[in-house]
Amino acid sequence: MSGAWHDLRSNVRGSTPPWVRRYLLPAVGLALLIFYPQITSNLVSGSATWIQFIPAMSTMVKMVVFTIMALGLNVVVGYAGLLDLGYVAFYAAGAYIAGWFATQQFTPHNINFFAPTVPSTLEGIHISVWLLLIVAAVFAATLGILIGLPTLRLRGDYLAIVTLGFGEIIPQAVNNGDNWFGHNITNGPNGLTPIDQFGFGYTIHNAAPFLPANYGREFNLDYYYYWTALALLGFTLFCCIRLRDSRLGRAWVAIREDEIAASAMGIPLMRTKTLAYAIGAFFGGMAGCYYAVYKSSTFPGDFSLNISIFILCMVILGGMGNVWGVMLGGFVLAYLNFQGLGAIGNQFNSTFGTNLNVGTYQYGIFGSVIVAMMLLRPQGLIPGKRRALELEVGVHDQSLFDVEHDEGPV
Amino acid sequence: MAAETKAARRPVIAVLPRVSQALTTFFMWLIVGGVGLVLLGNLIKTPAQFLSVMLLGITFGAIYALVALGYTLVYGIIELINFAHGDVFMWGTMVSVTVAAHWLGLNGSQPGWETTLGCLVTLVFAMTFCGTLNVVIERFAYRPLRNAPKLSPLITAIGVSFMLQNAALLVYSPQEQGVGPIFPTNTLFTLGGVPYEAKSLLVVLITIPVLAVLTYLVRSTRQGKAMRAVAQDTEAARMMGIDVNRTIAYTFALGGVLAGAAGMLFVMYQTTTRYDLGFQLGLFAFTAAVLGGIGNLPGAALGALLIGLIQAFNEGLGWHMPGSDWTQSMIFSILILVLVFRPQGLLGEQVADRA
Repeated sequence: MSGAWHDLRSNVRGSTPPWVRRYLLPAVGLALLIFYPQITSNLVSGSATWIQFIPAMSTMVKMVVFTIMALGLNVVVGYAGLLDLGYVAFYAAGAYIAGWFATQQFTPHNINFFAPTVPSTLEGIHISVWLLLIVAAVFAATLGILIGLPTLRLRGDYLAIVTLGFGEIIPQAVNNGDNWFGHNITNGPNGLTPIDQFGFGYTIHNAAPFLPANYGREFNLDYYYYWTALALLGFTLFCCIRLRDSRLGRAWVAIREDEIAASAMGIPLMRTKTLAYAIGAFFGGMAGCYYAVYKSSTFPGDFSLNISIFILCMVILGGMGNVWGVMLGGFVLAYLNFQGLGAIGNQFNSTFGTNLNVGTYQYGIFGSVIVAMMLLRPQGLIPGKRRALELEVGVHDQSLFDVEHDEGPV
Repeated sequence: MAAETKAARRPVIAVLPRVSQALTTFFMWLIVGGVGLVLLGNLIKTPAQFLSVMLLGITFGAIYALVALGYTLVYGIIELINFAHGDVFMWGTMVSVTVAAHWLGLNGSQPGWETTLGCLVTLVFAMTFCGTLNVVIERFAYRPLRNAPKLSPLITAIGVSFMLQNAALLVYSPQEQGVGPIFPTNTLFTLGGVPYEAKSLLVVLITIPVLAVLTYLVRSTRQGKAMRAVAQDTEAARMMGIDVNRTIAYTFALGGVLAGAAGMLFVMYQTTTRYDLGFQLGLFAFTAAVLGGIGNLPGAALGALLIGLIQAFNEGLGWHMPGSDWTQSMIFSILILVLVFRPQGLLGEQVADRA
């Protein structure tokens, strides 16, 4: 199977000039992504049944945000090989940073710090949400270090269990947070809402009219959130690729492959693993903050274990360790979760006259995806080159890098 | 002197683990001491209530023990945290409802012998069902991954857990499923204003012989010997002519049977169940297994008893207790603390490389 596929792939690769693969295709893909709102805005007005399968703008925002989280988790699970079942904790951390510092939660204190989208008379703490993105990311990374320091000495499945424990404790703590020793910190199950919107303020808007003053006041709210999310995704992607090829990234891979050997080669295990945690958490916190601002709310119910598994599922489906695979997995699963399954269910019901709510069984479907992937294609849809070699070609008999003939190391 | 300068020049992040370890060890003892003090305070203030809550905790503990043994058996033999086990337990509760309430029509109004017989039939059916289910899961989801990287079966187990949960959702709807008061609810005695009902005692009385049979099966039968051999060294056991796959399947069957029994007892005691109850209860039971020392059968029973007591004390006692809002956090904190500071558990042996 893989042989024929491999031949086909190399044939296609051989027949296209390298500049097409290297510049043209990425440029076209990027242009499609950036101008997606304009491309689809004409379609949405139609009434054909297949319109419901086209990702709506709100779905696209969620897809991009969850892909950022998947890329963050990929640093932990894919690069460093540490199974994290509590990634939702970092999402929660980011979301509550936005909830605390950009709402009226702490009403007696009135602080307005470069928050152009709220009137300065509004009560509560209002810090610029742009700044909060960074604060949330750093806060989540700090949380990652704090969780990581005592737990990263554990290996494999025990680490998975401990992270799962944190992933369950943090939402419950947040849920009970309306009465922490008599203080209302998180407003409990009622959540924190509304959260301030993004925006560049009127000074910048008047100087450069294409930068909206306040996303919330814009007619094309989702467009601006989509483009901003895309920019964040680009930043995440850039960091992930650069990290992968850095000294640190290679240390992560070495730990993933053989911890003892890596340690013997002089890699400081704790520091390297903690950094993987911190960096993974960084992106999780950033995406969580962004998503909370987009929804303009944050509730403890958003942070169930299911979300951790959902994000893990993206990483596994796409191919652990390969950013392009993870992006594909993130887009596909988030699309299915937020729109695709519902659309498929509608189509199914109207075709066969049934009354099945497919969306209810989303996690059953994701569970089946996990099991099927593990049994049939453990390397994921687009595996990393190194992992594909391990799983298919075998690494014991031949060297990964033939000095005389190969193009370069994989 | 030279060593000191070297230590001083270490990057902060490399020193942090030791500092944090010392600090957290200190905090751990602080927590243990605090919990002891609060319990003592409760005992002095309301001794009768303390005792009745303790009896309740023993009943919880009995159910947790049955589930925890399933985790510990499977972990002992293939070092897999079988996340799907909690959902096998949930299926045990579900089929018990189906058999007892819908097929046999039991609702507590039948004469005593009829109820007893019906309960026995339900128990046997639930045990058989869950045993079979667990074997099927092992055969199709875990066995193909026997030689895969260690995390693959773990991730698969999570997937299986979600599948089982959604299968129950499909079959039994999201509503709570319930049975009537089949177990006798007459009050045996009242302690500190809390009645001790006969069903609490019954759960403990049924659990004890089940545990005894399990101990016999593992300690004294040929198949049990094979299990222990495979757990100790799979390759050596294979060379000695033990059918490893069959032994593993047998272990899963035993775990499933115990989960089925636990499911039946749970639903008879609580009278309601839901499709999503398995995962959390399973994690509590897993915590019990870890607390006692995973892979260690008496340890799992002891850990389950402790977890049951902790839950009951937390939810039942009034004086400076966090209350049921925090039960989950407390139990997972115990899980984390045990895994970090004593991964071998209370009764387990030193197993450095497993942690």
